[in-house]
Amino acid sequence: MRRFLDSDLFYSFRTSPVAVVSFIVAALLVLSAVFAPLVAPTNPFDPASLNLMNGFTAPMAPNDFTGESFFMGTDDQGRDVFSTILYGMRISLFVGFAAVLFAMVLGIFLGLLSGYVGGWTETIIMRAADVQLTFPSILVAMLIFGVAKGITPVEYRDQMAIWVLILAIGLSDWVQFARVVRGATLVEKSKDYVAAARLIGRSPLTIMLRHIMPNVLSPVLVIATISLALAIIAEATLSFLGVGAPPTQPSLGTLIRIGQGFLFSGEWWILLFPAATLLMLALSVNLLGDWLRDALNPRLK
Amino acid sequence: MSEPVLSIRNVTVDIPTRHGLFQPVRNVSYDIRPGEIRGVVGESGAGKSMTGNAVIGLLDPPARISEGEVWLNGRRIDDLDAEEKRAIRGKEIAMIFQDPLTSLNPLFTVGEQLVETIQLHLGLSAADAKKRAIELLDRVRIPNPEERFDQYPHQFSGGMRQRVVIALALCSEPSVIVADEPTTALDVSIQAQVLDLIKELARERQVGVILVTHDMGVIADTTDQVTVMYSGEVVEQGTTGQILGAPSHEYTKSLIAAVPRPQVKLKRFPQVSYGGRETTFKIEDLARNWTATQKSESGTLLKVDGLTKKFLSKGSLIPSRREYFTAVDNVSFDIKDGEVFGVVGESGSGKSTVARMIATLYDVDGGSASFDGQDITKLDKEGVSAYRRQIQMIFQDPYSSLNPRMKVGDIVTEPLLHHRLLPSGEVKPRVRELLDRVGLASDAHNKYPHEFSGGQRQRISIARALATQPRFLICDEPTSALDVSIQAQILNILKDLQEHLGLTMLFISHDLPVVRQMCDRVGVMRHGKLVEVAETSELFEAPKDPYTRELLSLMPKLEALSDEELKAQNLA
Amino acid sequence: MLSYIIKRVGQSVLVLLITGLVAFSMFTFVGDPIDNMLGQERTQADIDRLREQLGLDQPFVVQYYRFLEQAVQGNFGISYRQGRPVGEILLERAPATLELALVSGIFAILAGIALGVFTAIRRDGIAANVIMSVSLIGVSLPTFLIGILLIYLFSVELGWLPSFGRGDVVDVGGWSTGFLTASGLKALILPSITLGLYQMTLIMRLVRSEMLEVLRQDYIRFALARGLSNRVINFRHALKNTMVPVITVIGLQLGSIIAFAIITETVFQWPGVGLLFINAIQFVDIPVMAAYLMLISVMFVAINLIVDILYAFIDPRLRVAA
Repeated sequence: MRRFLDSDLFYSFRTSPVAVVSFIVAALLVLSAVFAPLVAPTNPFDPASLNLMNGFTAPMAPNDFTGESFFMGTDDQGRDVFSTILYGMRISLFVGFAAVLFAMVLGIFLGLLSGYVGGWTETIIMRAADVQLTFPSILVAMLIFGVAKGITPVEYRDQMAIWVLILAIGLSDWVQFARVVRGATLVEKSKDYVAAARLIGRSPLTIMLRHIMPNVLSPVLVIATISLALAIIAEATLSFLGVGAPPTQPSLGTLIRIGQGFLFSGEWWILLFPAATLLMLALSVNLLGDWLRDALNPRLK
Repeated sequence: MSEPVLSIRNVTVDIPTRHGLFQPVRNVSYDIRPGEIRGVVGESGAGKSMTGNAVIGLLDPPARISEGEVWLNGRRIDDLDAEEKRAIRGKEIAMIFQDPLTSLNPLFTVGEQLVETIQLHLGLSAADAKKRAIELLDRVRIPNPEERFDQYPHQFSGGMRQRVVIALALCSEPSVIVADEPTTALDVSIQAQVLDLIKELARERQVGVILVTHDMGVIADTTDQVTVMYSGEVVEQGTTGQILGAPSHEYTKSLIAAVPRPQVKLKRFPQVSYGGRETTFKIEDLARNWTATQKSESGTLLKVDGLTKKFLSKGSLIPSRREYFTAVDNVSFDIKDGEVFGVVGESGSGKSTVARMIATLYDVDGGSASFDGQDITKLDKEGVSAYRRQIQMIFQDPYSSLNPRMKVGDIVTEPLLHHRLLPSGEVKPRVRELLDRVGLASDAHNKYPHEFSGGQRQRISIARALATQPRFLICDEPTSALDVSIQAQILNILKDLQEHLGLTMLFISHDLPVVRQMCDRVGVMRHGKLVEVAETSELFEAPKDPYTRELLSLMPKLEALSDEELKAQNLA
Repeated sequence: MLSYIIKRVGQSVLVLLITGLVAFSMFTFVGDPIDNMLGQERTQADIDRLREQLGLDQPFVVQYYRFLEQAVQGNFGISYRQGRPVGEILLERAPATLELALVSGIFAILAGIALGVFTAIRRDGIAANVIMSVSLIGVSLPTFLIGILLIYLFSVELGWLPSFGRGDVVDVGGWSTGFLTASGLKALILPSITLGLYQMTLIMRLVRSEMLEVLRQDYIRFALARGLSNRVINFRHALKNTMVPVITVIGLQLGSIIAFAIITETVFQWPGVGLLFINAIQFVDIPVMAAYLMLISVMFVAINLIVDILYAFIDPRLRVAA
């Protein structure tokens, strides 16, 4: 721990106000999403707590009928917008983290394998990556979603939607990781410490996991951060297009999709607050990723 | 004596860092006269390149000249603004960098880059500029300059590219050229040609040259004046004859003494004692626990017969259309028990490939290699494992041969654990002992490789290699990435290994004087073939092959070097 | 050089065959075409007859070959949802998407390169830093939100520009263009900005980082040491070296524009193939999805092929090596 606090990375973090602020914002958002049941004033998915009379209450103003007042107003069904955002962010973040984790594990493994083993293994993996890279990830995600929708029975579709989203976004994103890890692996593989490990008699798997992997992780960390922002945006986009999280489990994107309908009739808050939350989330993660990339790039020092 | 063209007076360079002010150059002064070559010599981190960059105004911010003055042709230039400095750069002071492979823009032809520079500085028409460019290419002895004019940098070899870089530096007839390690990236034969060219041009055009180098041989062969730098300061300067023949400063003395000589074989290298560099290592103490001293039955530990390696140079799906490059071509030699066998050659001669084939890091495409009577090219999985336990390797680059994410203790422990050589309770003390014996501090095991210097890392590598108690050690250019003072330390350790532990060694090097000091017998390689094998003294005194003779003739002449310190040491 | 191009064309064909296989597999394995075509009252004889008619009793490879044969002729079957030939629907919709992609692509490339070079050269300037910060917001703002914001501002609040549709189109030889009418051009503005903005930011950031990387190279230092002016170094030496890697990515970005058009078209109810595709996904209209996949992959592969060939012309190392 003392080593970490003394490290150049932490020093660079401490002296970058942008990094500190975005870390705090991101941490606050993540924490309030994780503890949504404790933070949120109401549970928007508990029909008992809803009162249709509270519908379309403007923020910070008492409702005409019930006199209740809501921090960020309510939507058409009288749900507290603030609470729906907290619960929605939970889904957005869960999908984002899970998708990036999935893509990362898959990408690191395939990248290490193709970089270290080479030959046909590499050709097949990297050609597949090239083909997939030709197609934008959002399109790949939509296709996977579409196909998955086609093969799952109608009654399970809503339940499966979140997992299909994770699969779709994760599968569309592994290429980034695999390419970077493969590139870094090729560099590391030619270094003599790998030759030394081979001379000791270590097996290829041990060399890949124990020797090479720790040395290729710093670019992975940067990509993972940026991918997290991209995954959150991709999830929001898919949900906005109606091919993502179902209305029964609304993510931020679903909330924006719902809010868009009320924008022209003047109930701006139903759209604005989820949109602003999404922007803050993506922006703070992006800023962190941006800082991390500069801080970990030794050539910029 | 003529007036100096360039005069550096009491220059100090500041770099503010988070750990406080760092001054890589302190109070440095020297002059350069027309037609004179001044060598600036010192070890890495001595501040010699930084001084060159300061002169030409190419310090990377936040580094800056905080004190002192630079005068060029009677005009002060260190306080000029950026635009005025730019006008001087290239026109009055030119620069040559170390690596010719990256100094030229790969997307423009050599001609385009020359013409652009000539037009900028001399204001010639396009046709005249081209004429002059071709003259320059001819002057730096590039064959077929008209044809070469339209080629791209990647079509030139390393030595040819450095000539192009020199031609570019000469475009505007500068009065001073700063050459920063201009031949370090080149082979000896090319190095000699490029240095001769620089010498000739300096005389002919009366250009003052600052030649920054770490290589005493280059200094001895090329320069008129020498400035010796040590950790940011000038410790001594004077004519080359004075400095090399009768150094007065302690650092210079020990530095010169540490340069390996080709003439005489020493028992041990004199170590650089200046600045607390001395290290104590106790290899002889390892002998007590050393169990692996068994001898081979025939007296020949390794027998290499017709070893061949081919690399794919042009791939194709059709096997008959594939093209191969033969890196090692039918090489045969043998190494006796306890012997140090050297392989010398220039880059690309296949010497490292031979080492890696013997280490089973590369597959063999032809021939065989027998270790203690057993053919290692036909081993099964267990056989390879058993064989590898008996051999170990020391690599060239101490920065890449240790895993940066592992603690030093874990690095040395890994071979012990993998081969289960010791009961678990004895592993830790053993690792501490190994690190201690190669002269590392007692807390070394708990640190990461980046906390150590190049020489210390090379000693960690040695400790790792010794962990399995090998019978045979392959050293692949073990000191070529190190400063000369550190080199002496590492070579002494290797000598001790042979003496006290009876290790047999294959020693790969491009450096003939080092080979002379280390090896009992030597093989010379060229273009993948072994051209000559002989006893070391025989090879150096009566070489048979013409290529060996050429290599020996290119060795820097070190007669000028003082051997006062050497005499103080015991000669073998 | 020729062998390089042949190799690239070969790879492109391979990519097309693979995507074709994916599209074909969607037909075969997702949903049962027999189910889709025959009603509830069917006999085994009906099913067998239809299977034979459709060639479903043939081996997989034969079926795939016949699918490709049909696809090359533009025959992708009948849309489950609209009951019309898919090829016909796509042709009708394609001009809208292509015009939108063209305008926003040009906008993204020109503005992206210009801003990228500017922010790289003036890396410590105030303007460059402001642009960089704003661009991060641009990357963090999902395309659909940009669209909604633009609509809110320019259509709802200011009422200057239309919030949906293509405006009036003119039919020129079977190609319906919005370029020739005032309302068509006005309708293009907001969707093009929406679609191009994100790509522009990416191109700009990429150009900037590549250029900074190039500016750190030894040959740039050597050019400085030769006394070349900043203008020559930046715009002659650095820019050309920057463009080599950037061109590949720009090719990929152009491909993305067509895919991202799906989002823009949804927000602006733009009658292009993207909107068609998103509706197809919602209704699991497999023939439309498969046809869209094939259409898009042909476009991507073509763009990439052009980029690869362009690459070889810029980089002499490739030109000579091949």
